[in-house]
Amino acid sequence: MPGPAPDERMRPIGRRNTQGIRIDPEAEATHEPRMAVLSALVKHEPGVLSEVSSLFSRRQFNIESLTVGPTADETTARMTIVIEEPEPGVQQAKKQLRKLIPVIEVEELESAAMRRELALIKVAGDKPDDVQAVAQMYGGDAVDASKDAVTVEITGSKQKIDAAIEAFEQFDVLEIVRTGAAALERGSKTMDSATMESDN
Amino acid sequence: MSERASIPKRDPEEVPERENGIEEVTTGSQSVIAALEQAGVEHAFGVQGGAIMPVYDALYDSSISHITMAHEQGAAHAADAYGIVTGEPGLAMATSGPGATNLVTGIADAAMDSDPLIALTGQVATDFVGNDAFQETDTTGITMPITKQNYFADHSDTVGDDVSEAFALAEKGRQGPTLVDLPKDITKGETDQWPNPPKTPETHDEPVEADESAVEAAATALKEADRPLILSGGGVVKSEASDDLRSFAREYEIPVITTMPGLGTFPETDDLSLGMAGMHGTGAANMAVTNCDVLLGVGTRFDDRLTGGVESFAPDADVIHVEIDPAEISKNIEADHPLIGDAERVLEQLDDAMTRAPEADEWREQCQTWTEEYPLTYEMPEDEPLKPQYVVEKFDELADDDAIVTTGVGQHQMWAAQFWTYEYPRTWVSSNGLGTMGYGVPSAIGAKIGAPDKEVVTFDGDGSFLMTMQELSVAVRENLDVTYVILNNEAIGMVRQWQDGFYEGRRMASEYPWVPEFDKLAEAFGARGFRLEEPEDVEETIQAAREYDGPAVIDAIIDPAENVFPMVPSGGDNGLFALNEQHLEMI
Repeated sequence: MPGPAPDERMRPIGRRNTQGIRIDPEAEATHEPRMAVLSALVKHEPGVLSEVSSLFSRRQFNIESLTVGPTADETTARMTIVIEEPEPGVQQAKKQLRKLIPVIEVEELESAAMRRELALIKVAGDKPDDVQAVAQMYGGDAVDASKDAVTVEITGSKQKIDAAIEAFEQFDVLEIVRTGAAALERGSKTMDSATMESDN
Repeated sequence: MSERASIPKRDPEEVPERENGIEEVTTGSQSVIAALEQAGVEHAFGVQGGAIMPVYDALYDSSISHITMAHEQGAAHAADAYGIVTGEPGLAMATSGPGATNLVTGIADAAMDSDPLIALTGQVATDFVGNDAFQETDTTGITMPITKQNYFADHSDTVGDDVSEAFALAEKGRQGPTLVDLPKDITKGETDQWPNPPKTPETHDEPVEADESAVEAAATALKEADRPLILSGGGVVKSEASDDLRSFAREYEIPVITTMPGLGTFPETDDLSLGMAGMHGTGAANMAVTNCDVLLGVGTRFDDRLTGGVESFAPDADVIHVEIDPAEISKNIEADHPLIGDAERVLEQLDDAMTRAPEADEWREQCQTWTEEYPLTYEMPEDEPLKPQYVVEKFDELADDDAIVTTGVGQHQMWAAQFWTYEYPRTWVSSNGLGTMGYGVPSAIGAKIGAPDKEVVTFDGDGSFLMTMQELSVAVRENLDVTYVILNNEAIGMVRQWQDGFYEGRRMASEYPWVPEFDKLAEAFGARGFRLEEPEDVEETIQAAREYDGPAVIDAIIDPAENVFPMVPSGGDNGLFALNEQHLEMI
């Protein structure tokens, strides 16, 4: 005797959301995307940047910026990755990153962490003094000047650089380049290869 | 039976003359082979070619037995199947360029199923790399997303170490494929460096024991459950945890369902077994997973073919997730109790923490009722047409208890999963995650070489068989006693089933106007061919094929109208599985 048809079967009461998290079926709770700054200590070897960027792209994590550079230890490099994801996405990104063999350690930096970007802004050269004045308002400086163009350098938080770029819009902006964030935790807390050794 | 005396076949008893293997290293190639021998590799599946020639040259002096495959994809699948049945990395070898790209499907397949596999590819000499040289491809670039880790060997002194590490990584922690790309100048280059023994890098995570307080909390949830359920996945096979899972389930009387890769981890003959869950799982398994209140998932990644839509997956359940890979925790289904570690050890920990069994008499009765209400059935006519399910059931009756089943991908694969009774781990060898049509023919070769004392039967489809049938030449040459059963419905049956169900019966490119006569094709390859059309001939044909010493192919002409049920449509609700076409319209 065949059992009940689909619409006549015993049904559960619960429900999950699309992230597989159990929810109150009456009140659909969703996670809003947030910015997260991930700092990853990686082995300084060929292909690491490619591995990390390929991971983020194939798993559809939303990258805001990714910077990479050497550390005090020449065998390691540090990547600072800013992503915008709902909470489960942030956690998943960290776990996937940790799984990569050349990745030594991953940490999410607190929102109080020091974050700095560098921007180079090239504007028309007709008002060099005014340009320099604005640059100094943002703690920056002109780094190149010619007859037709002045290039200024601004360092600071993302917000500060956004504001500076807005201020420079009064001039004729020719070109802008931004580095994306480099970040470190405040205080004496560090993340280095010593941590790796103590883990093993 | 035609004359095949002229076919030179390998004697399976034949031991390679070079049993000592590499004794001294003078080149990169010798270091590569020494690393493999040192790791315990006994078999290689591969295809020769220009850039890999130095490595093959070193293989000439090796104790490793090499099986020349017809196509590199076959080499990767055979090595993958070898890895499934032995638990040790299978070795696939190919040259650069097309050799490497032909491996890609098999490597991706191993990645999806966490099968241990090491691939070695030839590469053009380092001076030529980046210049679009003859047979150059960016192999490490192409395979980056489908390997646990890959290596571009850049020095003759360290190439053996690369291979050792790649081997260790394929085997340890969560298993998976690795690859070493071997430029010709590196393998030809001089070195006297004996390779390091296989060892994983320090950054590789190999958790064993789960956090004790998490185990306590999970055990509490489990013993207080009213409707407990165990979901046993492929990780139970990989971790050799099947015995522990059996005794755990029996001790605490908890019903068990499996994923498809988990087939065989819990005997389907046991009263507590509800069978496989998911898209084509049993009614009982899908009812149970939908209605359970605590779900103990062991070695599973909660794939979408298992969960259906996640919104309706075990929606009342506290989920205990035993998993070796932290990145699988809460990836698809949130784990209320993540237990990160090796399944075998974590099950012991959980056992120690359980002070009593859950009180679940009513639940077990309910599960029993579901088993009775939703048996796997099919209609069996008096004579023709032949039903595929009957062929599978009959073969299961006749075959050894611990026979290994390998499959292609499609309807035949689902019938093989449903109508064969699995009792032991490592007896289900299939392309579960990637769904690679063509996996069948080469997987039988890898399985038989990995487990020469076991009966190996492959269920294949006509479409799947046509994709890799050239490997039959290898099964003949190696004189492998395997039986292929082609459940032939002259169609890409699963696609046709979906077209009928979800595309208004518009059968675009799913039906073959003509397929070869596979029995004759088998004979042409030097195998034994059988054609099976009448239900009354099933037993006799199967026995004849089994008794033939060498590869046999049964071309079973089945009812083309037969479809796979039960079925949960993609993204659907497991509890609303359809038992027939009419149900599909209701849900």
